[in-house]
Amino acid sequence: MPESVNKNPEVAQVGFKEKLAGYVETAQVYAQPYLDLPNDSFKKTVAVALALCLVGAVVVSGSAVILRPLQEWNKSKDEKVNILEVAELYQKGMDVDAAFKNIETRVVDLATGDYVESVDAKTYDQWKAAKDPAQSESIPPAKDIASIKRKPKYAKVYLVKQDDGKLKTVIMPVNGYGLWSTMYGFIALEADGETVVGMNLYDQAETPGLGGEVVNPKWKALWKGKKVYNFTGKEVHETNLTEKGQTIEIGEVALGLVKGSVDSNKPGAEFQVDALAGATLTSRGVSNLVQYWMGREGYGIYLAKLRNAKG
Amino acid sequence: MELTDENKKVLVEPLVENNPITLQVLGICSALAVTSQLSTALIMSLALTTVTAFSSAGIAFIRNHVPSSIRIIAQMVIIASLVIVVDQLLKAFAYEISKQLSVFVGLIITNCIVMGRAEAYAMKNPPWESFLDGIGNGLGYSLILVTVAVIRELFGSGKLLGIDVFPLIKDGGWYVPNGLLLLPPSAFFLIGLIIWAVRTWKPKQVEKADFSIQPAHGVVHGEAH
Repeated sequence: MPESVNKNPEVAQVGFKEKLAGYVETAQVYAQPYLDLPNDSFKKTVAVALALCLVGAVVVSGSAVILRPLQEWNKSKDEKVNILEVAELYQKGMDVDAAFKNIETRVVDLATGDYVESVDAKTYDQWKAAKDPAQSESIPPAKDIASIKRKPKYAKVYLVKQDDGKLKTVIMPVNGYGLWSTMYGFIALEADGETVVGMNLYDQAETPGLGGEVVNPKWKALWKGKKVYNFTGKEVHETNLTEKGQTIEIGEVALGLVKGSVDSNKPGAEFQVDALAGATLTSRGVSNLVQYWMGREGYGIYLAKLRNAKG
Repeated sequence: MELTDENKKVLVEPLVENNPITLQVLGICSALAVTSQLSTALIMSLALTTVTAFSSAGIAFIRNHVPSSIRIIAQMVIIASLVIVVDQLLKAFAYEISKQLSVFVGLIITNCIVMGRAEAYAMKNPPWESFLDGIGNGLGYSLILVTVAVIRELFGSGKLLGIDVFPLIKDGGWYVPNGLLLLPPSAFFLIGLIIWAVRTWKPKQVEKADFSIQPAHGVVHGEAH
């Protein structure tokens, strides 16, 4: 908690009562002529309106200013908790800031898949950038499967490192439209760039109990170990992107939700997660979101380069 | 502070006898929106009770100096300021819940119960009584909200306050949840049933019909026309 909120309350209280009483007295002297006026006189109407607005404004802005540090702390903590959760690093009651020290925040250019150094990763907010025409591009309707209309040029990635400095997990912010709301969340992949570690939609307003079950830990656990890409399907080879003369393969995003229970013995089960019961449209939204952000338009190129650098 | 009989009446009467939701049918909008989970309903009840109590007290405090031409807007300024403060407090101290309640805390400004108490009670009574009246009406609203939320969460998702009560079929239990209860219209049905139950118990609350339908000509038997 920020400590600047309440510095030395004892010191502030000395003489406070006397001061306050003095202010009240002065205010009374000034206010009395107005209080004596008939209620419906023009002068009193204006005076009452002004006084009320002034008091209201002081109360509202005062509470906003005093509580802001606490609110922002809440917000950033909430985001960090979500990131740790999706990477399976979160335990209840842990020191979030300390745990977050092992996570490196980088910014990626979605078009080239390379890291961008010119942007400060700590303060960059990609969802704010998505609304800014200078930092984003609009998505043509045919390609906009996640129904998000605009995407940022640069996106954030959070890299979890092992003790020996090797990459362990890549966490990517994603969004997409469900039934009622644009859902925001994170997808975490292993260092191989295709195996899912976790998936967490933290900001959504889907129907509670139906689509809202995207936050259910039991459902979220189903994502672990699934594969994102199919490298043997029809649209596998996207080879027109070269780096240093090498061909890289983005692969077809095969991961998605299917109705009913996934039979883990059948071929293709590694690409399938149970859809949410009674929430066809939310489930479709989640599939589309994965399809979009893991695909070429999203983190596809970045992940392909990641895989390429490894193998 | 000692409560007089009048104080107690003001505090208790809105619970059943003069409940803002079941008798006056006010504040329905938020009652539909936030009752799919008990936790949101509880926080919403707390927020509304606080706002009603303090806005009533504030309005009662200045009631003798409010020009009648700007009466409503003056009340709105007080109510809106308090609602914003409550919203800010929730964001600072109950972040998770405030995310779920989203716009509904802000919408307390337009909740008819708050305005209704300001106009009907706080403009004519001293601050302390108005404060109690606000608490009483807030509790009356809370009572219905919590009742509806318990039914909706328990039978809609088999949980209470997020803790499993009935094990669901999909998790290997026996309970098939009723999805309808999670959708807003179910709150309408429940509130309707509650109003019916209360008015059967206390027939005094039944409204008089505005007009009665005349029997059609020629239908009345045994009379020659």
